[in-house]
Amino acid sequence: MFAVEAHNLVKKYKDVQALNSLNFKIEQGEMYGFIGPDGAGKTSLFRILTSLLIPNKGSATVMGHDVVKDYREIRKISGYMPGRFSLYPDLSVEENLQFFASVFKADIQENYHLIKDIYSHIEPFKKRRAGKLSGGMKQKLALSCALIHKPEILFLDEPTTGVDPVSRQEFWEMLGRLQKDGLTIVVSTPYMDEASRCDRIAMIYRGDILAEDTPEAICNMVDGELWSAAGAQGYNLLIFLRSCSECVNVYPFGQEVHFQFHGDHENMQEKVREQFPDVILREIRPSVEDVFLNLSADAAKEKEVLNG
Amino acid sequence: MKQFIGFFRKEFIHIIRDFRSLMILLLMPVIMMLIFGYAINMDIKNAGIAIMDMSGDDMTREISDKILSSGYFELNEVISDQSRVEELFKEGKVKEVLVFEQDFARKYNSEGVAKVQILADASDPNNANMLVNYTNGIIANYLIQKQFSEFLPLQVQSRFRYNENLESVYMFVPGLIALLAMLISTMMTSISITREKENGTMEAILVSPLKPWQIVLGKVAPYAFIALSNLIVILLMGTFVFGVPYRGNLFLLLAVCILFILMALSLGILISTISSNQLMAMIISMVGLLLPTILLSGYIFPIENMPDWLQYISHIFPARYFITALKAVMLKGLGFLYIWKEILIIFGMMMLFLGVSIKKFKIRLA
Amino acid sequence: MDKERIIIVKDLVKRFGDFTANDHLNFEVYKGEIFGFLGANGAGKTTAMKILCGLSKPTSGEANIAGLDIYKDTHNIRKIIGYMSQRFSLYEDLTVYENIRFFAGIYGIRGKEFKKKVQKLIEKLNIQNVAHTLVGAIPLGWKQKLAFSIAMFHEPPIVFLDEPTSGVDPHTRRQFWEMIYQAAEEGVTVFVTTHYMDEAEYCDRVSIMDHGKIAALDTPAKLRETAGAVNMNDVFLKLVRPQKAEL
Repeated sequence: MFAVEAHNLVKKYKDVQALNSLNFKIEQGEMYGFIGPDGAGKTSLFRILTSLLIPNKGSATVMGHDVVKDYREIRKISGYMPGRFSLYPDLSVEENLQFFASVFKADIQENYHLIKDIYSHIEPFKKRRAGKLSGGMKQKLALSCALIHKPEILFLDEPTTGVDPVSRQEFWEMLGRLQKDGLTIVVSTPYMDEASRCDRIAMIYRGDILAEDTPEAICNMVDGELWSAAGAQGYNLLIFLRSCSECVNVYPFGQEVHFQFHGDHENMQEKVREQFPDVILREIRPSVEDVFLNLSADAAKEKEVLNG
Repeated sequence: MKQFIGFFRKEFIHIIRDFRSLMILLLMPVIMMLIFGYAINMDIKNAGIAIMDMSGDDMTREISDKILSSGYFELNEVISDQSRVEELFKEGKVKEVLVFEQDFARKYNSEGVAKVQILADASDPNNANMLVNYTNGIIANYLIQKQFSEFLPLQVQSRFRYNENLESVYMFVPGLIALLAMLISTMMTSISITREKENGTMEAILVSPLKPWQIVLGKVAPYAFIALSNLIVILLMGTFVFGVPYRGNLFLLLAVCILFILMALSLGILISTISSNQLMAMIISMVGLLLPTILLSGYIFPIENMPDWLQYISHIFPARYFITALKAVMLKGLGFLYIWKEILIIFGMMMLFLGVSIKKFKIRLA
Repeated sequence: MDKERIIIVKDLVKRFGDFTANDHLNFEVYKGEIFGFLGANGAGKTTAMKILCGLSKPTSGEANIAGLDIYKDTHNIRKIIGYMSQRFSLYEDLTVYENIRFFAGIYGIRGKEFKKKVQKLIEKLNIQNVAHTLVGAIPLGWKQKLAFSIAMFHEPPIVFLDEPTSGVDPHTRRQFWEMIYQAAEEGVTVFVTTHYMDEAEYCDRVSIMDHGKIAALDTPAKLRETAGAVNMNDVFLKLVRPQKAEL
């Protein structure tokens, strides 16, 4: 049995299509990431999987339970951390945890071992109101609350957005340990660099899965070689490369420019050097973000053709 | 049960933590009671009056004495010039001017007709109307007595039953209970439920195994407590501060009040199921319920004086039945048999609201 | 360095009750540079930016924008700055054109001047088709560009951008950065906040905020070099890691 299985999942709102026929399978014990920007459909998808929304078409199961029919069962076995901070800011850390434990008929003492690793970070502040916690601490509390009833599967919708890198790193390490204990974890993030934390990722964009695989394999999805140019005059370099007919997929990456080109690299180097003597070209290994840019550009073009 | 207790505790913490709102909720009945009891007194007492007596005979003096000793009026000025009337009204010192024509008693005795002019400041029409009526009544009474007392054994004696001194504070107790029940039970419940929707915490609750009735009951119970405590405060203040008599069965009185509070809570739940945010819940409770409760329930304006169509509309507001029932029990001391209809209607409304809410309560988002 | 300093901040402190949002900030921004304010949500970025824009008064300390004092000259400061808030501050129920007209009007741009400029802007953004569409109905990426263009409409020499790229897809983010580059190329000083660590790489210089303090300030390359890190995320981890993560 798969932990999650989705068939042709479609979700529409009044005039927008949030999900276009999604298909995927998540193994038990896997850490599976949905990576994409706001508006990609991540939250709609998570809400369907946690039985909070009904899909317009298609079906999905979580641990073998249908997300529409068996919603009671799903609510018992899954832990969910919504994208928006969903704790009570006027309740203390301790009171929030107690509340969620009581709601799930869980015993904090009994299940303390599940959250100890996480909750111990915030326990010194257990009397503090949740609204006064820092971003990273809120995240840890929310995770503790989602874990207290010993779920079999965790759904975390953008748990690290806006949190400082140190807390983010800690958070991912905690998730890693939870996974080791056998929990299936489904997580979404807008940060492309967090992809490597997952066993497998699905790149999601405008309601479509652009690609699904291990982060390693995803990075090999760029056709042809990817080059980087770095120089002092970043913006002019970018404009110049755009104007070259042999260059495609020219994108700024910080002070560098990533691009692909047809033809010989010696010639390319020379052409660039004529204008920008200090610029060095080097071939690079694509990052998840490079792949996303390439694939989403194709997807956007395809859509325009279809709509056009 | 553990789930419910957890929910209930959390809800209580919310209320206690929001200290300012809690204080408002608890002090509101006291303040409103004092305002309605003392400040907004609808009875007329000691209205300023000026008298222009061009006759100055025994009869006009007797009439003047009657009027001034009635308690409704207080002599502000005796005037002798008609032009002073306008000035007095403008200064706002007097609400009414009484003008006796010359040779009042003589004309009355010989011709049977004598003129007295009553001028009232109608910038406050209700008030003016009442003053003129009082004056008319006093004069008429005087004339009847004068005419017939010697040879007619008939005496007109009017008495107002159930509220002998026409104290409006008696009227305000039922009205205030209705108003506060609406305010606290309906508005606060609807706001507190929609707040969870707005804050996104509803999402976290919905994914739990909590059942809808557990969520709703947990949200409602604390407000029921507050509403009950307010009810007790109002009733106690009514007797001890304003001397409102409770003539009927106290248990019946409480039962009617509790039923009404439960109805108001169900209404609050219903509002929360149809509104998506706090603002909307507040507007529906305020405009749709609170104002009609004040205006159309017979609390301030008598329903009998309203145009027909408004009277029909007033039937849909539960407060109307509650006030009727409560007045019957409280002031007239009537029993269940006299108010079962009202009770049934309120109960029916409660069941309707609850039924629709349970049907409409979403176990999912959107 | 003989670069002209356009923003000077000395010992800037902002407290809300017992919470210190900005703890003795010291930094300078040079004319024409892209200055990044990097940090997690709640690190104090927006607070500092609001003070510099004259939207909020500091508890203590000094700050100077193009020679104008933030205590005394708030009115004049607002004339020479452009500001784009996190939520874009566009009216969703007005059309694109109406939004431009409204904000132009605030800065006294009317009549012929307005017509000329609005024409240019619409062409530049290539939004002829949607000029009379409600802003609520256009895609996020366009809204963002429109908000930026509106913040730049009165041609301010300094522009403050608060989390302009939060939540947008990598494409739109890059398009947006290109607009920022273009503005910088034209001599505009850009002050931008972000919680995407990798976006720091787009800035000329970055200051990393953590718990109300500036933890580091330099060019991205120098920061990487000093920290011995491969990327900005790493820089943050290495600079903050020795301290406690949470306070």
